[in-house]
Amino acid sequence: MNNLVYLIPFFPLLGFLINGLFRKSLNKPLIGIIGSGSILASFVVSLLLFFQVKSNGALPVQPLFSFIDVESFKIAFAFQVDQLSSLFLLIITGIGFLIHLYSTSYMHDEPAEHFGRYFAYLNLFVFSMLLLVLGANYVIMFIGWEGVGLCSYLLIGFWFKNNNYNYAAKKAFVMNRIGDLGFLLAVFWILAKLGTVEYYEVFAQTAKLSNADIFGITILLFIGATGKSAQIPLYTWLPDAMAGPTPVSALIHAATMVTAGIYMIARSNILYTMAPVTQVIIAVIGLATAVFAATIALKQNDIKKVLAYSTVSQLGYMFLGLGVGAYTGAVFHVMTHAFFKALLFLGAGSVIHAMGGEQDIRKMGGLAKKMPQTNWTFLVACFAIAGVPPLSGFFSKDEILAAAFEKNSLLYYIGVAGALMTAFYMFRLYAMTFLGQFRGTHEQEHHLHESPAAMTIPLIVLAILAAVGGLIGIPEAILPNAHKLEAFLEPVFEQSTRYVHEAHTVSHSTELMLMGVVTVIIIGVIVAAWRKFSKYQYSDAEETGLGKVLENKWYVDEIYDAVIVNPLLKLAGFLKNVVEKSGIDGIVNGVGRFVGYSARQLRLLQSGQVGNYILFMVLSLVVLFLVFWNETIISEFLKKIF
Amino acid sequence: MPIQYYIALAACLFCIGIIGVLTRRNAIIIFMCIELMLNATNLLLVAFSKMYHGPAFAADATSTAGIDGQLFVFFIMVVAAAEVSVGLAIIVMMYRNVHSVDINFLNRLKN
Repeated sequence: MNNLVYLIPFFPLLGFLINGLFRKSLNKPLIGIIGSGSILASFVVSLLLFFQVKSNGALPVQPLFSFIDVESFKIAFAFQVDQLSSLFLLIITGIGFLIHLYSTSYMHDEPAEHFGRYFAYLNLFVFSMLLLVLGANYVIMFIGWEGVGLCSYLLIGFWFKNNNYNYAAKKAFVMNRIGDLGFLLAVFWILAKLGTVEYYEVFAQTAKLSNADIFGITILLFIGATGKSAQIPLYTWLPDAMAGPTPVSALIHAATMVTAGIYMIARSNILYTMAPVTQVIIAVIGLATAVFAATIALKQNDIKKVLAYSTVSQLGYMFLGLGVGAYTGAVFHVMTHAFFKALLFLGAGSVIHAMGGEQDIRKMGGLAKKMPQTNWTFLVACFAIAGVPPLSGFFSKDEILAAAFEKNSLLYYIGVAGALMTAFYMFRLYAMTFLGQFRGTHEQEHHLHESPAAMTIPLIVLAILAAVGGLIGIPEAILPNAHKLEAFLEPVFEQSTRYVHEAHTVSHSTELMLMGVVTVIIIGVIVAAWRKFSKYQYSDAEETGLGKVLENKWYVDEIYDAVIVNPLLKLAGFLKNVVEKSGIDGIVNGVGRFVGYSARQLRLLQSGQVGNYILFMVLSLVVLFLVFWNETIISEFLKKIF
Repeated sequence: MPIQYYIALAACLFCIGIIGVLTRRNAIIIFMCIELMLNATNLLLVAFSKMYHGPAFAADATSTAGIDGQLFVFFIMVVAAAEVSVGLAIIVMMYRNVHSVDINFLNRLKN
């Protein structure tokens, strides 16, 4: 039974190889079946393993082969399936399958070759993501970590003929690389101090690490997470990553890859629990990102950009959860967010598909009548992300905010402000897209249609999950012992809970009261946004004041360009034009020129005159004679003779 | 006669040969100068051979000390004879082709 673990990443790898190698000879239906089928097979295996883990606890580490073996330094290519990774396996393969299924229809207009390339990349992505969560040590996680980064790059730049998309892909790659360096340094640090990178061994030996070591390692790992999971200051790549096909945004940039940072920190939870300073930094950065991105989302007009900033914001909440020690809450939010954000992106994809590529919500409106299924699933997702009980987002967000309240009520209030903004921009998005009058062209209006079943079925499944997914984590304040997820994940975070051993200080009645108040305010915000934007009329009037700043994303991209990118480009230009051209090229070409010149001069010696040659020969002999003139030998010789 | 005389004579002959080779352009004269140099060495070999062999022979009639020098002389003569035949043939061919024995015409391998 344990051998099944290898099958999980094997199927997507196989799908990647078949689709990648034979994309020119396979036809589209077959590519779709191979691409989605491989993920479905992984999902079935993951489900089997999940139930096994649920009943028997974590499986033993499964070494596959020796990856690095130098003297005493050994790293095994090993897989580990415990509660945390089995949960992630389900999210990745389950949602991954739905999105693959959706893609077969969404990408149908692509030529077969690109269709095959798309599914090959997507399968490779799932394979890398599975490596990331299955790895039993940091090195395997890093392989997956880099693999998902690569696939993200490839898929953002999937329509590589558009140069802007290529820039977006490059931006994502470079931003991720900055974070990856932090991750890599942290792994080296662990290796230097403990001599091992296996999770079990590292977490068992945390006592050997000094506080400074733990602080350094956790901060560097967190820098890695800020890159991958789009946190301040490295978040700017994620909104640009919307250049990729919409299902890619749903899978990679909402449901799975961007949560890799949360997975990594949840995996290393004991290290973070032992580093309270890092925890504070994570909580502050997470909260800042959550609120900051939410403010930007308020004023975006591109349907995918709103969702992208919303993703950044929700990831910020997850980091807030990690920072305040609510590891279960963060993982819970990863799960519910995967449901409703994948649903939102797929719904947006369905809308974009119907609108013939239009992404500007100012030019939409009134789609509810034309696209009933997309409409109600999108609405469910909006309620879920806004945190309306009893939909999934309510429970997970509440758990994080409750934990924040326990730590520091200021964190809580700012977090709630962010949550209100979330409700506002989501219903602004919903109302502008689905309600009111249609504001597009007549052609678009004529073309409007509900998406085919391959696209609506994933929407419906995800809508059900987004609606009821939260019920596995009902807080104790509402229903005692109903938090099934916490009980399930308990062994993973056991070490941290033992380390903290802190009792809950907030009474259930306070918690319930806060919950109720926040819910009422959120519903009020939803109603306000609904009423305001369902009557939205298109206008060309430019935003002014704060609105303009928000529409331009606080000018963060411009600031980065001015402070980092342009100076770097200038430096690169200086190196290229001055150092390279006159320095290095000068040396290299100078050597060549010198050899050429001296050869031309020496060539004159070879006159072709026999007399010259003989003269040189005689002169050389005389020179040799003089050089090897040795007084003693000659005089002895002469003495012998005379 | 003391050996010095032989050495001086051989050195003179050798230098005449070298200077002749370097300064003359007529291939036949150059050829003769080369022969002159060869014979200068031959003369030296014979002289040194006699110098070593004489006292050794006086002490022991069966001694062969120093006679290898004379052997070399024969070798050189044989090789020189062969060389002369080849060299003269080249000069004849050269004359047939360019109607001259001036070695400055022999720069056709240039370029």
